[in-house]
Amino acid sequence: MSRKQLALVIDLNICVGCHACVTSCKEWNTSGWAGPLSDTDPYGADPLGVFFNRVQTFEAGEFPHTETIHFPKSCLHCEEPPCVPVCPTGASFKREEDGIVLVDYDKCIGCKYCSWNCPYGVREFDTKQGVMKKCTLCADRIYDETLPEDRRKPACVLACPAGARSFGDISNPTSEVSQAIRDNAGFQIMPEMGTQPANHYLPRRKTKLVIHDDELMRADNPLLKEGELPRPQLSEPFLDDVTSW
Amino acid sequence: MKDPRDACDSAQGRSEVKTTTCYMCACRCGIRVHLRDGEVRYIEGNPNHPLNQGVICAKGASGIMKQYSPGRLLKPLKRKEGAERGTGQFEPIEWAEAFQMLEERLGRIRATDPRKFALYTGRDQMQALTGLFAKQFGTPNYAAHGGFCSVNMAAGMIYTIGGSFWEFGGPDLDRAKLFIMIGTAEDHHSNPMKIALGKFKKRGGRVIAVNPVRTGYAAIADEWVPIRPGTDGALFLALIHETIELGLFDRDFLIQYTNSAELVDQNDESDEFGLFVRTGEPVDPGCFDPQNKLWWDLASDQPTPSRKPGTEGRLLGSYKLADGRKVKPAFQLLKDRVKTFTPEWAEGITGIPADTIRRLAHEMGVTARDHKIELPIAWTDCWGKEHDTVTGNPVAFHAMRGLAAHSNGFHTIRALSILMTLLGTIDRPGGFRHRAPFPRPIPPCAKPPKRPEAVQPNEPLAGMLLGWPAEPDDLFVDQEGGPVRLDKGFSWEYPLSVHGLMHNAITNAWRGDPYPIDTLMLFMANMAWNSSMNTVEIRKMLVDKAEDGTYKIPFLVVCDAFHSETVDFADLVLPDTTYLERHDVMSLLDRPISEFDGPVDSVRIPVLPPSGDSKPFQEVLIELGSRLKLPAFVTAKGERKFRDYPDFIVNYETEPGSGIGFLAGWRGKGGERFMSGEPNPQQWDMYARNDNHFHYELPRSYQYMRNWNKGYLQWARHHRLIRYDEPILLHVYSEVLQKFRLAAEGKTKGRQPPDHLRERIKTFMDPLPFYYAPLEWRYSDPIQYPLSAITQRPMAMYHSWDSQNAWLRQIHTDNYLFLHPKVGHSNGFKDGDWIWVESPWGKVRCRARFSESVEPGTVWTWNAIGKGSGNWGLKPDANESKKGFLLNHLINEEIPCPAKGKDSPISNSDPVTGQAAWYDVRVRVYKADPHEPEETWPRFETKGALPGMIPFTKRVRNFFAGRKEG
Repeated sequence: MSRKQLALVIDLNICVGCHACVTSCKEWNTSGWAGPLSDTDPYGADPLGVFFNRVQTFEAGEFPHTETIHFPKSCLHCEEPPCVPVCPTGASFKREEDGIVLVDYDKCIGCKYCSWNCPYGVREFDTKQGVMKKCTLCADRIYDETLPEDRRKPACVLACPAGARSFGDISNPTSEVSQAIRDNAGFQIMPEMGTQPANHYLPRRKTKLVIHDDELMRADNPLLKEGELPRPQLSEPFLDDVTSW
Repeated sequence: MKDPRDACDSAQGRSEVKTTTCYMCACRCGIRVHLRDGEVRYIEGNPNHPLNQGVICAKGASGIMKQYSPGRLLKPLKRKEGAERGTGQFEPIEWAEAFQMLEERLGRIRATDPRKFALYTGRDQMQALTGLFAKQFGTPNYAAHGGFCSVNMAAGMIYTIGGSFWEFGGPDLDRAKLFIMIGTAEDHHSNPMKIALGKFKKRGGRVIAVNPVRTGYAAIADEWVPIRPGTDGALFLALIHETIELGLFDRDFLIQYTNSAELVDQNDESDEFGLFVRTGEPVDPGCFDPQNKLWWDLASDQPTPSRKPGTEGRLLGSYKLADGRKVKPAFQLLKDRVKTFTPEWAEGITGIPADTIRRLAHEMGVTARDHKIELPIAWTDCWGKEHDTVTGNPVAFHAMRGLAAHSNGFHTIRALSILMTLLGTIDRPGGFRHRAPFPRPIPPCAKPPKRPEAVQPNEPLAGMLLGWPAEPDDLFVDQEGGPVRLDKGFSWEYPLSVHGLMHNAITNAWRGDPYPIDTLMLFMANMAWNSSMNTVEIRKMLVDKAEDGTYKIPFLVVCDAFHSETVDFADLVLPDTTYLERHDVMSLLDRPISEFDGPVDSVRIPVLPPSGDSKPFQEVLIELGSRLKLPAFVTAKGERKFRDYPDFIVNYETEPGSGIGFLAGWRGKGGERFMSGEPNPQQWDMYARNDNHFHYELPRSYQYMRNWNKGYLQWARHHRLIRYDEPILLHVYSEVLQKFRLAAEGKTKGRQPPDHLRERIKTFMDPLPFYYAPLEWRYSDPIQYPLSAITQRPMAMYHSWDSQNAWLRQIHTDNYLFLHPKVGHSNGFKDGDWIWVESPWGKVRCRARFSESVEPGTVWTWNAIGKGSGNWGLKPDANESKKGFLLNHLINEEIPCPAKGKDSPISNSDPVTGQAAWYDVRVRVYKADPHEPEETWPRFETKGALPGMIPFTKRVRNFFAGRKEG
């Protein structure tokens, strides 16, 4: 991999499922290049809005050995995006220069072939506008030179309070995201599909503490100073009294 | 389409960026609000703000949808002539009429009996002002939501270590190695906690979560320890037991910095039984906890004044003074207390295996002892000893409502505070650290009034509305020992109810016990819905009439920005603004946003003009205070003193010339002073130029060990944060509680509790922590009601605030009752089925969701997702009212009080603090009849939009800032 490929790396060891990324994405993008992100029945029964990024929460294992996993998911900007070749109009495309997968609404006819072909379910159809929408990695932020350099990041990354999301070029082995993937066994989801998702996830890592029995008692145990630890009474027999050699 | 790289966002329309402070929850992050053609385009975290350092949460990022919500109230409203209260029939009026109504009514009350006006507020962040208004009015009947939120956390910790979690202090995760979260609410402390937790995990720190359910923060814990609700106290006592038995406590810390080694009178017959033996005169007689105590010196085997140079107190033993008095060090009493509280004992109560409890104690104790931190920071302690370093034991804790919202919460939290103290982790690196104005004396100096004469017509209340009783004489009671406050706060029933008991205000007013009132004003408090226990009955009380046809609570004023369920019950509705439309202060007089390294306060500055006829409640209070001629708001001649709220903030001083006002930064004529100083006319501008906050970073030598740090305490006294610079010794043993117990035993000459409460005081005002089953469990059959029911706070929704928010409601549109599959199987229902959940007090129909992330004796749901049909700008068929539900219907605000007699219930609260015990409820679950409607129950009449509201009528919302089409 040598061509630039921008991507998100999401640390499942840190994500608390707070949804900051979900609504920050929505607020940036609804009034941005890819907007609006419509909401159908926003105040009625079963409201249904366009969100480029969603958090799915699931459980693994049985009580009490249960893990609760918060799993944020947006377009993975695949190296081999299955959504692109099926697009009859060329609206769905992968940008050469940075690997971002985008949709040109002017060309989109709303046939939804792309979403049928996306194994990850991350494309969002806007019923109002009749076009397919999706995560752009905030393509209208990350190159905006009117923004301070450290704010030229996707809104979800800027928002994430726990710092579970990072953004960068995974084809550059010295980038922060590449290093995070290498160091922490970062993985792609559903690699068997051959899509080579650019976004990676970092797995749960457990920190454990092992305490040896002999660490519990130390020579400077305060109970010794308080005279609380048992000492044999002088009236009790001692080995010293009965051994002669 | 254009290339997005060419679509420079700020070039689309007229762009502006303004900064202010978020208010989508109580966290109060700095935000930058981007506007496009006058509409909110993007709200991002302000990178220059110490609290959130540029990040923002789901709620904060959804502020746009709060601003443009159809649930907004935009006109003052009065109940229609002839319409029944609670039917939501209003007519719009002008502010002038609203003010006139209030001026006349409140003026009359103030001139006759100020008690008849009661003001209760929700999570408003402006208690300094609302409290000032009530005090100036002269009513004792004021409180904010703390009584049903987490007063046990505040009181339990402040009466033990002089500080508490949340705004007042927290875990130092920058330096901790082991972090234990117990019963945390996932919104407390929202972004700072997430930032710290993320960094901590990245560094490889170990997180243990003790909680009946595994959600949110607990999800990323390295270990989840499920526990039965209401039993945390037993866990802590067993951890203390194991820590003491193995000698894993920090002996030097306990001797020098706590009252552990100090000698307690043990003569059963004595009137001073259980009090510390005092010697000579205290240095500062005004200080409540003077240092003139004794300890037993190790080397000389003699009693000596404690901390006398060259002596070392014993922690253990039993001694006799020269005059024959039997004494024991406080620590020995603690050891005696926990003797039988073994891990095996706790296993039976908590459901946590004894081996796990033992291992947890070992992890805490060994990490604290063997991973000591030593920072090269020189400091001087209160006794003049110079230290080259600050040391710390890197075990940090965080806890919140899971411990607090039980009737045994105070002692549970005392036990946790003592555990933290035994490990030597208080205000040290890697442990718990204070935030200014804490630490404060134990207890803090503010006191409620002592007798009913504090309330006089046309006079301010003589005393603080909320304070910190230190002895029975500090209670706010009448000659007979009866309560003076409507909520019975600071009475013998709940002596240390330091945040009041808002949860009983309506019931008491309705019953006329202790007396009826005239006007109840509620600000941002949804008392007809999720902010009351026993919601169905509370709603009936609000509309109940006396025999003469008048309402039992004659006049109800509600101020809110949104059409909450309570608004429909108002006689007068005052439409508040949103946080983007007003000035506001996060004051050191209230609950500031201080950091570990020093005091911080902050402001809101309006980003947008008020919508419709909405008006900030701050302005309402300034206007009313001026009209009623409350002394703080008018000149000596009775003329209005403050033009408006911003003017008030700049020029108000706690006393004329005190130099202490709502804001601590840029005081003095030219802004050259801080903490105190003359009013500065440019103060708002100076805050605005500094990203809306003032942050004073203490010198490093003042940042730790503040309870006993001479430099810090003198600094804090100099800047008038605290009245005394005496060391704030940690109260492992609480003499405060013992004084109440002695009164109940008839051993003191001062105030005595009424006879029917003597046993209660004796039992619960115990100077050492103990475990007792939640009080409600005495009245619900454990066989019939085998499950505990609790709520969790979702991170994307704060209280009931955000169902009107189009984006946030899509994250939590409705809620399920989560329970272990085993519970479903044994009760004959499946995942997703409609079920009944029933307590001895009420029942609710809802849907079941099976989960392996819940302790099988517990059922839970998200807090306050259920809504009244048609409220909050939602359509009548919205999920929130069809499928969403409240657990509140299952929870009683009162329990029987055998000592008072059959018809005299008592608050369902902690008997020490009056904390609402809403996590105590026990329930059963069973399948709903298939013929029943598939919707939640109870149901209430559908409400329509109120006059002045702008309903959303389109099917699709296509919000795009600047197009005015939202």
